Amino acid sequence: MTSPMQANTANTSPVIATEGLRKHFGTVEVLKGIDFSARDGEVISILGASGSGKSTFLRCLNLLEMPSAGRLHIFGEEVGLRAGKDRLRIANRRQVDRLRTQVAMVFQNFCLWSHMTVLENLMEAPVHVQGRSRAEIREEAEAMLARVGLTARRDAYPAQLSGGQQQRAAIARALVMKPRVLLFDEPTSALDPELVGEVLKVMRDLADEGRTMLIVTHEMAFARDVSSRILFLDQGQIGAEGTPQQLFGGGHNPRFDQFVSRFNQG
Amino acid sequence: MDWPFLIDVARQLLSGVPLTLQLAGSGLLAGGVLAVLVASAAASGIAPLRWIALAHVEVFRGTPLLVQIFLIYYGLGQIPELRDSFLWPFLREPYWCAILALALNTSAYTAEIIRGALQAVPEGEVEAARAAGMSGVLLRRRITWPIALRHGIALYGSEVILMVKATSLASVITVAEVTNISYRLISSTYRALEVFVVAGAIYLALTFLVSLAVALVERRLNAHHAHRRT
Ligand SMILES: Nc1ncnc2c1ncn2[C@@H]1O[C@H](COP(=O)(O)OP(=O)(O)OP(=O)(O)O)[C@@H](O)[C@H]1O
Ligand SMILES: [Mg+2]
Repeated sequence: MTSPMQANTANTSPVIATEGLRKHFGTVEVLKGIDFSARDGEVISILGASGSGKSTFLRCLNLLEMPSAGRLHIFGEEVGLRAGKDRLRIANRRQVDRLRTQVAMVFQNFCLWSHMTVLENLMEAPVHVQGRSRAEIREEAEAMLARVGLTARRDAYPAQLSGGQQQRAAIARALVMKPRVLLFDEPTSALDPELVGEVLKVMRDLADEGRTMLIVTHEMAFARDVSSRILFLDQGQIGAEGTPQQLFGGGHNPRFDQFVSRFNQG
Repeated sequence: MDWPFLIDVARQLLSGVPLTLQLAGSGLLAGGVLAVLVASAAASGIAPLRWIALAHVEVFRGTPLLVQIFLIYYGLGQIPELRDSFLWPFLREPYWCAILALALNTSAYTAEIIRGALQAVPEGEVEAARAAGMSGVLLRRRITWPIALRHGIALYGSEVILMVKATSLASVITVAEVTNISYRLISSTYRALEVFVVAGAIYLALTFLVSLAVALVERRLNAHHAHRRT
């Protein structure tokens, strides 16, 4: 009876997991030991006040920020970290580069490569990092652009696009890598209000497809409607965790209720 | 206006143009290579390397090129060890001394241009590349350097023009480039106005061509700024 159980656990082993993840900047401890895991197909919204450590946490997951302590597992594989002076260091650059192609990130400021057209932005990493053929990737990139409604703008440079278009292009750039998990750091915070909807719509479609997503956001309605789980960060710790129904219903966690009510006022 | 005289002057001065271009070209080439080394040293994690790079930039930017040329041409000959070394056949020649001085001088300015251009590369674009699995040489070759090049190209164009003009200082150590030939023509004809006007026109034509070339390169590289939205 144990073998089906084991198969089952293997199947649902966490996509990303952290144990005792800590991060300090100088003397300020920003993450105070986070134990977290995300399973395949989960859409997790990471909420919290400004400065609570949301971005830092997300950036630790693909090691754009090096944790000070703790362990990180991606797709069940422990990421090699070795002790450094004031933070951990990457033990094996090749392992991290390989895992990063499967963990895509979408940034608040889009961060498209300014010297490349939209289409070139999409093809860059698949061709030069993943070593896929240009012809094959070009077709996929075009399809991806059609999907986010940017076919007409594929030869434009990022500076020639609106914020909403840039962010949709950035999402398409992440998707052509065929990542197993998508990280979003406030993908709509730099957008004019009238452009937020078009980006959220793309993200909603991705969630409906069953993609694994971790989203730092201040869009409460989106978090409530789209996520399967909410992670509430409070001063560098997990303040509350649960389904949107559990948390947004109120009475589950006073600090979260306070955060939401302050948010609704502001 | 004495056209036959002007045409004769122009013909004689033009014979110095290949040398002027050689000085500028060799100086820029050697100086460019040195600048990359200096800029890398300036950005390195090893403190003594950074100090050397800093000192190099300060010394060669902070002293007149003319003094550097004199020091190299007249000064180095006083060092016995150098006179006995394999370098002496070169350092004895005004031509090589001029190129050495020009290269050292431009390397200091170019290293600063490189440093500034690299600093202007948006951190976010580099992070996006890292997040997509790029690192090391691939990251630099595909993202950092192309973006830096676009930031630095205009300033470097000015540096090339400055170098073309700076070659005239080689005239003082008897290198027979355009300015040196001008001096000699004046001492035989005493017609300083006409000779220097022609010399100036030749430099202007050269620098204009450089400007044109740089503008073309810039336009190609900076296609992404065309019709920029604001
Ligand atoms: N590179 C850094 N150096 C020093 N302190 C930093 C750095 N990055 C973040 N911090 C600090 O760490 C804390 C957490 O920052 P973080 O960006 O993770 O917060 P956040 O929850 O994403 O906030 P926001 O909602 O404003 O984006 C803040 O106090 C911030 O000032
Ligand atoms: Mg943040």
